[in-house]
Amino acid sequence: MEFSQEIKREFDQIVARYPQGRQKSGLLPILHRVQAEYGWLSTEAMNAVAEYLNLNPIEVYEVATFYTMFHLEPVGKYVLEVCRTGPCCLVGAETLLQYLQRKLNIGIGETTPDGLFTLKTVECLASCGTGPVLQIGPEYLYHEHLTEQKLDQLIDRLRSES
Amino acid sequence: MSDLLKVTIDGKSIEVPPGTTIMQAARQLGGKYPPAMCYYEPLKNTGGKCRVCLVKVAQTSEANPRPMPKLVASCITRVEHGMVVENETSPEVLDARNGVVEFLLINHPLDCPVCDQAGECDLQNLSYEHGHEQTRYEEGRREFERIDIGPYVQLHMTRCILCYRCVYAADQLTGQRVHGVLNRGDVSEIGTYIQQSIENEFSGNIIDVCPVGALTDKTYRFKQRVWFSKPFDAHRDCDKCCGKVVLWMKGDAIIRVTARKNEFGEVTDFICNDCRFEHKQASDWSIEGPRDIIPESVIGANKYELPVVSPAVNVDAKFVSE
Amino acid sequence: MATKILLENLAVEGIRAIDTYMANGGYRAVSKALKEMSPDQLVEEVKASGLRGRGGAGFPTGMKWSFLDKKSDKPRYLVCNADESEPGTFKDRYLMERIPHLLIEGMITASYALGANTSYIYVRGEMMSVIRLLERAIAEAYAKGFLGKNILGSGYDLELYVQPGGGAYICGEETALLESLEGKRGNPRNKPPFPAVSGLYGCPTVINNVETIASVPWIVNNGGAAYASIGLGKSTGTKLISACGNIRQPGVYEIELGLPVEEFIYSDAYCGGIAEGRELKAVVPGGSSVPILPKELILKTAAGEPRLMSYESLADGGFVSGSMLGSGGFIVFDERACIVRNLWNFTRFYHHESCGQCSPCREGTGWMEKVLHRIEHGHGKMSDIDLLVDVAKHIEGKTICPLGDAAAWPVGSAIRHFRDEFEAHVKHPDSCLAKHLHGAYAHAVPIMEP
Repeated sequence: MEFSQEIKREFDQIVARYPQGRQKSGLLPILHRVQAEYGWLSTEAMNAVAEYLNLNPIEVYEVATFYTMFHLEPVGKYVLEVCRTGPCCLVGAETLLQYLQRKLNIGIGETTPDGLFTLKTVECLASCGTGPVLQIGPEYLYHEHLTEQKLDQLIDRLRSES
Repeated sequence: MSDLLKVTIDGKSIEVPPGTTIMQAARQLGGKYPPAMCYYEPLKNTGGKCRVCLVKVAQTSEANPRPMPKLVASCITRVEHGMVVENETSPEVLDARNGVVEFLLINHPLDCPVCDQAGECDLQNLSYEHGHEQTRYEEGRREFERIDIGPYVQLHMTRCILCYRCVYAADQLTGQRVHGVLNRGDVSEIGTYIQQSIENEFSGNIIDVCPVGALTDKTYRFKQRVWFSKPFDAHRDCDKCCGKVVLWMKGDAIIRVTARKNEFGEVTDFICNDCRFEHKQASDWSIEGPRDIIPESVIGANKYELPVVSPAVNVDAKFVSE
Repeated sequence: MATKILLENLAVEGIRAIDTYMANGGYRAVSKALKEMSPDQLVEEVKASGLRGRGGAGFPTGMKWSFLDKKSDKPRYLVCNADESEPGTFKDRYLMERIPHLLIEGMITASYALGANTSYIYVRGEMMSVIRLLERAIAEAYAKGFLGKNILGSGYDLELYVQPGGGAYICGEETALLESLEGKRGNPRNKPPFPAVSGLYGCPTVINNVETIASVPWIVNNGGAAYASIGLGKSTGTKLISACGNIRQPGVYEIELGLPVEEFIYSDAYCGGIAEGRELKAVVPGGSSVPILPKELILKTAAGEPRLMSYESLADGGFVSGSMLGSGGFIVFDERACIVRNLWNFTRFYHHESCGQCSPCREGTGWMEKVLHRIEHGHGKMSDIDLLVDVAKHIEGKTICPLGDAAAWPVGSAIRHFRDEFEAHVKHPDSCLAKHLHGAYAHAVPIMEP
């Protein structure tokens, strides 16, 4: 697997932020960039990142499996990540999460058959005052003060946009 | 000698050079030193993780007579002059240690009857001393998907206590590490991510550094309970390693080859895979004689009665009167 | 009107843009610090201000700065901890989103004080929009000559970068953050050595929270003494409190430290009282890690004194009857809230976020979660309650980093103050579950991950 020249230029810019020999520091930003490009992190992509950064591939796997934002399997076009932590639950997150499961007819961690939506839960998004909240990658925009009605509109809009 | 630091552990004092950890000082003192499941002196950066070596620092130093605010890991905490440490004499330490052992056991499969490590397992020894007779843990135990890491090493992830020793060993002995710790929290596991065998010529050492039965010798699998085999010191000329090993014999057959462990259960001279896995004929080796076994060991109990040489102490260390 | 130090210009339209920010006094602190003050003077001002770390620990910032090993010939680093992930805490995100230049101005002045020529802002990865905002703001600051070589002709150079996290609460722990910034798993380091001696790349490093750093420009402009005159006792200055839960007006409020808790909860200037006119039941005053307090102990101390929003007052009574100011994540529970369910939720969080490196936290958090899950879902036993206390006790103070304590404290405090509720769950599981059907948790079936 080969990254495009354009992406490699971005990698170069990322690595330039760190002192000589500390290119491993670029691993997280580079994995984010790769995921934004391909939607998820395949083994081939991680191996290519390892090669670019001059690391053993295992060093990349260790990191990618530690952080929850990295998808190690293909996901839907829109990854809906609903906050499930205490403060959001005080204002109805659990109910909404159930609603969303029914609406999309999938469980948590699953993807709709049309490949459009993957439903996930996340831990506290630092949006406790504006909960319930979900975010949608790869832009990771927040949708706050969620209600069933707002979810309906959001899902409809995303469906019509694609 | 004025730059030596005096430390008192469980009422016994010793002077040690700066940089010495509480664990090292305690080992030099002899007697009951703190146990270690992750710390491994010959491997750099090990320690601090398992927490079984926690001790209480009742006085930080002569200059600072206050105690440290909480229990500290003796394997990574350096001695200061005038430090007073409580290990076996502190009920708080023993309670904490019992707690850690309980934590290490809640997800352990307790499959000692079918585990090749049984008889030489640090977790077994620790459980005898610090474990409860019955578990308070009623929840499901952790399971993992089995993975194959090649022809030499058998991985049983359910037994792993995540000491990271094998990771450091692979980094420091083999150069190109292909295994590591994947995932996070209590679903962390030792793995290669993609199916891959661990085949570097020093990779077999991860078996010897593993404190439990997570990494065992595949060529020795189910061959013999360790206490029924006879260990002999032996050596051969090897161009890759020191060639100094222990041969584990059943009758005249060599059923296993390991590196030699010192009185702290640590290998200082690591051996190559060639010696470990590929030389199982008695004619391959110069046999030096039966190996001394510590009396506490299961294999030492009724097999060998050679006098035990007292552990070598650091000659730089000066013992101070109790 | 209470003094505003951080949010003074919140309402100014376009304050995100550098020109507007400068027109409202922004970046004055940079020119004052670089042209009129020595780094040591700056450290002294921050010491005099009494500013304490706003990430949760409350350690005096000036003292932390003075620990930095300046004798070392290695480069020094300032790293901003913007990995805000403590449940109930959303003040740093609020600040960075609304007034990004305040953080950048703080980073420049603080980096100058510490002699750092490269600094990083580590932002949690989930906040990609904040990262984009900060990167834009940093580009603006470079264009104006506040960053780069020879800033404002002072001879001082500074490069400032934003680093994204990857989704791990543990990276809010400062040494885990450094590991992550070095491109590794977020496993906290054993200490000592502390980062002030051996931090990023083994070099002397200071790690400060967003709010802490954003307070520095005001201190530079107005002096440490002026800052110290605000607040109460050793709780100087102002603090951002992010209030959430069952209150009428959730949001971020800048308060002068020392404000009575009762006023904060019930005044229309702050939380505005409990939502829908219900009764206050309990508060977690400093982010999910700190002990929960029932109504009577959050409004008044055990001695009957009014409880104040300060480091000292919230801690009054120790863990027997007190709590902590922590990060200022103020979570309010009304009469309907289920303490057991909330504790299960928080414990699940710590279980999920434990890095897994040391045994008590790795094994203990999962154990507690499973027991709490059983109790909440009607399969608990009376002995489970004491078991939880005991497991928490064997985690607390035994781990490499404070996550173990953070997981243990909520368990100990919830059982200490609401034991009857745990017992009720064991004795009458059906009625407890049925109650949820009418509350915020509008279903009895637990949400479990596949």
